[in-house]
Amino acid sequence: MEKTNFIWDMFGTNIWTVLAVISLPLLFVLVYALIAILAELKVSAWIQERVGPMRTGPYGILQPIAEVVKLIQKEDITPDLSSKLLYNLAPFIIFTGAYAAFAVIPFSEAFVPAGIDVGLFYVFAIGSISAMGIVMGGWASNNKYSLMGAMRSVSQLISYEIPAALAVLSIVVLASSMNMQEISRAQTGWFWNWFIFGGPGDWTKVWVVPFTLALAITYFIASLAETNRVPFDIPEGESELVAGFHTEYSGMKFAMFFFAEYANMFVVAAILTTIFLGGWNSPFGDFMQGPWWGAMWFISKSFFIVLIQIWIRWTLPRYRVDQLMYLGWKVLLPVALVCFLAISLFVMIK
Amino acid sequence: MIQYLKNIWSGLSSTFTGMRITSGHLFVKKVTIQYPDQRFPIPSNARNRLVLTPERCTGCNLCVVACPVNCILLETVRVVPDDPHQELYENGQPRKMWITRYEMDFAKCCFCGLCQAACPSDAINHTTDFEYSAYDRADLYYKYQTLTPEQAAEKERLLAEFKAKDKPAVAKKTEKAADHPVTAAPDKAATQTLTDKEPAPEA
Repeated sequence: MEKTNFIWDMFGTNIWTVLAVISLPLLFVLVYALIAILAELKVSAWIQERVGPMRTGPYGILQPIAEVVKLIQKEDITPDLSSKLLYNLAPFIIFTGAYAAFAVIPFSEAFVPAGIDVGLFYVFAIGSISAMGIVMGGWASNNKYSLMGAMRSVSQLISYEIPAALAVLSIVVLASSMNMQEISRAQTGWFWNWFIFGGPGDWTKVWVVPFTLALAITYFIASLAETNRVPFDIPEGESELVAGFHTEYSGMKFAMFFFAEYANMFVVAAILTTIFLGGWNSPFGDFMQGPWWGAMWFISKSFFIVLIQIWIRWTLPRYRVDQLMYLGWKVLLPVALVCFLAISLFVMIK
Repeated sequence: MIQYLKNIWSGLSSTFTGMRITSGHLFVKKVTIQYPDQRFPIPSNARNRLVLTPERCTGCNLCVVACPVNCILLETVRVVPDDPHQELYENGQPRKMWITRYEMDFAKCCFCGLCQAACPSDAINHTTDFEYSAYDRADLYYKYQTLTPEQAAEKERLLAEFKAKDKPAVAKKTEKAADHPVTAAPDKAATQTLTDKEPAPEA
């Protein structure tokens, strides 16, 4: 077996190392979610020429902790006429779906929790679990807004999964692997070896550069829709649906939804980073290349994508449902298909 | 087909335009003023807390009349010539009226500024101080009289004695007294309180 996990290399495989491997990404997600919440608050404030939270800690950096503490303190309400089991299970299923995807994310060349060969396929399979959680939560709440939000969310998730999957599939064709660690390794070298710039190869790759660029944009737009972010947040459009599928949730269960959203944001950003932006590779050849630097590069690239997601959220208004379906089925899907065929053709001829 | 591609292009380019605009706002100077730490200048003619300068107040009652919400209460007693306690106004003139009560129910004030406009001696003023919120409405009941209640009672007694002594003279000057209706009202009040208190000093 290849060396994909420094914990197993150093301490062997036993119950403790397995626990450590499982909990390391969880620790990362907890810290990352706090930072992302702070980034969301600060970026939204700065874009609107406000200063954002300033009172909790220096420059308000402890604000996300205060918000989490507040959410923990809040009363946890279960509606009387809800389906109790499903209602209480839904937030945890959603978070499990979001967190399970972390199993195959290559944080560094020396650390990927599970270096399985069908990593990308696994991510897309596990991503659908959160759709199940959303529909569970929406239906079990016994609230018309929750149900409508859940239906919208699931329809959106299913329609945008297809262009996203096609975009990923094109890169799989180009890299001839579904193992995310292999895909990262294929992009070693300077940044023009990244798959957003056609991947490694001689000058003939200029023919695929426009297609891979278009695919990167396609995947990014589709990932926004999959994570229910603005401008695709019609499942929780507050002017129409109160708060969508989590209307009835409060306290810690609402915090789980919130958490899952941010975890999902990181998952799609990590996939985008891995398949298009070189994963843990340094952009400058051997400069700052290595296992530890790799983790730094990977996390900063992913966080940059998360920042773009936040940036877009505070720029664009929300789509209508019909506009969303138009964009998904009539624009992104044909674009992804054309790019997929072109890249397949290129790989065949080469 | 052309229209379709144009649509896609305009969608993409308008998104980038929007993102350029929002990123332009990211790092400009913020408009927020961190209020308790940072303050902004208030125009000097701002009408905020209402303040009386007792050294200037002549007790003319014009502010009481001007106030549309009746938030000012004024009681005055005429200064007796042979009172050993005499005061000067801020401008050096001798005081003619003791202000025994000048009370303001500031919670009622509507900040119209009419009292300030009516005041002939520039004694009542809206200041720029706006941080006067209180937990109790009684804390917004301002009392501006400089005399203690005992002193006020003393002044009233002196005035009553003076009037009793000068009754013939006062009777002669009834026409003149009618020219000053303002002073007539507090006199009435003074005599009323006097009748209440009259048995006490005699007994």
